[in-house]
Amino acid sequence: MAKNNLIGGSIWDEYSQKVQDRMNQPKFMGEFNEEDAKNRNAKLIVADFGAESCGDAVRLFWLVDEKTDTIIDARFKSFGCGTAIASSDTMAELCIGKKVDEAVKITNLDVEFAMRDEPNTPAVPPQKMHCSVMAYDVIKQAAATYKGVSPEDFEEQIIVCECARISLGTIKEVIKLNDLHSVEEITQYTKAGAFCKSCIKPGGHEAREYYLVDILAQTRAEMDKERLKNSTKSDVSFDEMTMVGQLKAVEAVLDAEIRPMLQGDGGDMEIIDIQKAEGAAIDIYIRYLGACSGCSSGSGATLYAIESILQEELSPNIRVMPV
Amino acid sequence: MKVYLDNNATTMLDHNALELMLPYLKENYGNPNSLHQWGSSTHPALRDAMDKLYEGLGASDLDDIIITSCATESINWVLKSAYFDYILDKERDEIIISSVEHPAVSGAAHFLKSLGVKVIELPVNSEGVSNVEHLKEVISDKTALVSVMWANNETGMIFPIKEMAELSHEFGALFHTDATQAVGKIKVDLRQSGVDFASFSAHKFHGPKGVGGLFIKKGLKLTPLLHGGEHMGGRRSGTLNVPYIVAMAEALRIANSMLIFEDSHIRRLRDRLEDAVLSIEDTSVVGDRKNRVPNTILASIKGVEGEAMLWDLNKNGIAASTGSACASEDLESNPIMEAIGAENDLAHTALRLSLSRFNTEEEIDYAATQIKAAAKRLRAISSTYAYNPNNYK
Repeated sequence: MAKNNLIGGSIWDEYSQKVQDRMNQPKFMGEFNEEDAKNRNAKLIVADFGAESCGDAVRLFWLVDEKTDTIIDARFKSFGCGTAIASSDTMAELCIGKKVDEAVKITNLDVEFAMRDEPNTPAVPPQKMHCSVMAYDVIKQAAATYKGVSPEDFEEQIIVCECARISLGTIKEVIKLNDLHSVEEITQYTKAGAFCKSCIKPGGHEAREYYLVDILAQTRAEMDKERLKNSTKSDVSFDEMTMVGQLKAVEAVLDAEIRPMLQGDGGDMEIIDIQKAEGAAIDIYIRYLGACSGCSSGSGATLYAIESILQEELSPNIRVMPV
Repeated sequence: MKVYLDNNATTMLDHNALELMLPYLKENYGNPNSLHQWGSSTHPALRDAMDKLYEGLGASDLDDIIITSCATESINWVLKSAYFDYILDKERDEIIISSVEHPAVSGAAHFLKSLGVKVIELPVNSEGVSNVEHLKEVISDKTALVSVMWANNETGMIFPIKEMAELSHEFGALFHTDATQAVGKIKVDLRQSGVDFASFSAHKFHGPKGVGGLFIKKGLKLTPLLHGGEHMGGRRSGTLNVPYIVAMAEALRIANSMLIFEDSHIRRLRDRLEDAVLSIEDTSVVGDRKNRVPNTILASIKGVEGEAMLWDLNKNGIAASTGSACASEDLESNPIMEAIGAENDLAHTALRLSLSRFNTEEEIDYAATQIKAAAKRLRAISSTYAYNPNNYK
């Protein structure tokens, strides 16, 4: 939040002139029927996407030259706001002259870009980007109908941000490659979450399957685990490490996997000592802190959980002794 | 021609109210709490304004009408302070609201929920109204506060406030009403209604924006939201906004003096516009006309998305709404349409038209013509209205 966001304006002020013109007088609004197709020696394709109950619905008509798989003409009808009408109009125009396989590559970002007056000024306000997504989806539907396949065949990836067409894989990769720590950073790097913001966290105007906050948390946890594995990878096994090495390794596991669990309940722990014991055993003496001190499970379930994690990550010979 | 039909969002400031407030923005600018003559010179106008407010709202001299910045503040004050005064450390832990309250009520209730308060939402009937029967089913001796609007901001439908307040009192619960859309449109007598608290905003009855009030029945406790001064008897701190208070009181006086005009002339214009809208095929209006404030229409025009309709109307000089202006950034469907169980397909087709005494017959006829033209144009574009989806399968 900052000065420019404190007072909302009319969203219509943020529409480009091209959007406004298409809202007022869509150029490709209309329909084709079988007779039109016959007269133009083409195949009629009709595709629907959306529903009135969802607030947006579009019907796309293509006339396709089957010899060349080229869309020779396109029309649309649309139930939706002005942005939906303008987007559908632009989408229909962009389809004309393209082969079906090329048309499938048209995204909502292409549609939005085509409606810009200036290359660097968005054509619609961020919360309206989702209205252009429908244009993308109906093209997939039309292409699938033409080819006799499922629309999902054109979508190999899980899309998290529909507005910016950013996939789950891309977001996770960018977080890892750039060591990102916040949703704002994800948006800076990928544009995911920059538009309608529904994908950032639950509670936006559209429910989403994946949210950036969850992806970030999950990916960070995966990175921590990976880092831990790398840090404990050594030519020397835990049992053969010096006590300083063992202390570092144990601390790394504590920070990554154990402390978050304890701190979530208002507790914590510290290492008092590490000693080689009888046989191969290595005894780690710990002291509970905060809510963990005095907690009855400190000698039961919690202790068992700590010991199990350390044994799994470092050495089966570890024994944990609360002091 | 320009036609303003969004009076449930805000109204034009009445010229007489404006004239009355101007001296207190210019020469009589003193702080009413100051001891010098600049301050004390505002006192007669303030006393006169308070008299008008008490008389106009039917409050007893023993009650409190506290000036606030708006109904949203008043509503938040009632709900949040009820938590401290009547819920926290007490036996009662529930509040009841209707499912079609303004976001000021539902948002504040949602906040209380996060503090552990049980919030119960009353359903509404097909006309969008909660009644005593709905309340009887959920009220109990655990209920601390019932908050139900007097008139709905989107449909204009009037709720049976008096009966619901009586039932609430039988269970020992307090009763608050958001009277924002009722004051100035229908007769509001707070003492006669039996409510404990009532909220209102001046800009809904041709007063200025940024000023409103909260009625608190005699003897009821309510922890202040704002601390730090002794204004308004210590109940609400902040220097009194003299010009706005003066204008609000005058606007209320004028609005009340025109209630008969409201119920005859404006109702007639409203019904004329409603008839015109209903003459469009596949169109409906929510709620019976007789039980609605006289200025409001919530229509549903099948196959026409609400915002697209607003675009066409705005282009032709007509101001309307798809619902609460407070939720204009929210792209969800109209919540009232969903609450009354309207067909899913109609949830995005709501159009709210709200008149005022400044609308003329000529304006209404022009608006009717433009609404019909917009419906025709948008239905020609619509992919859902003209086709049976099976035609192409």
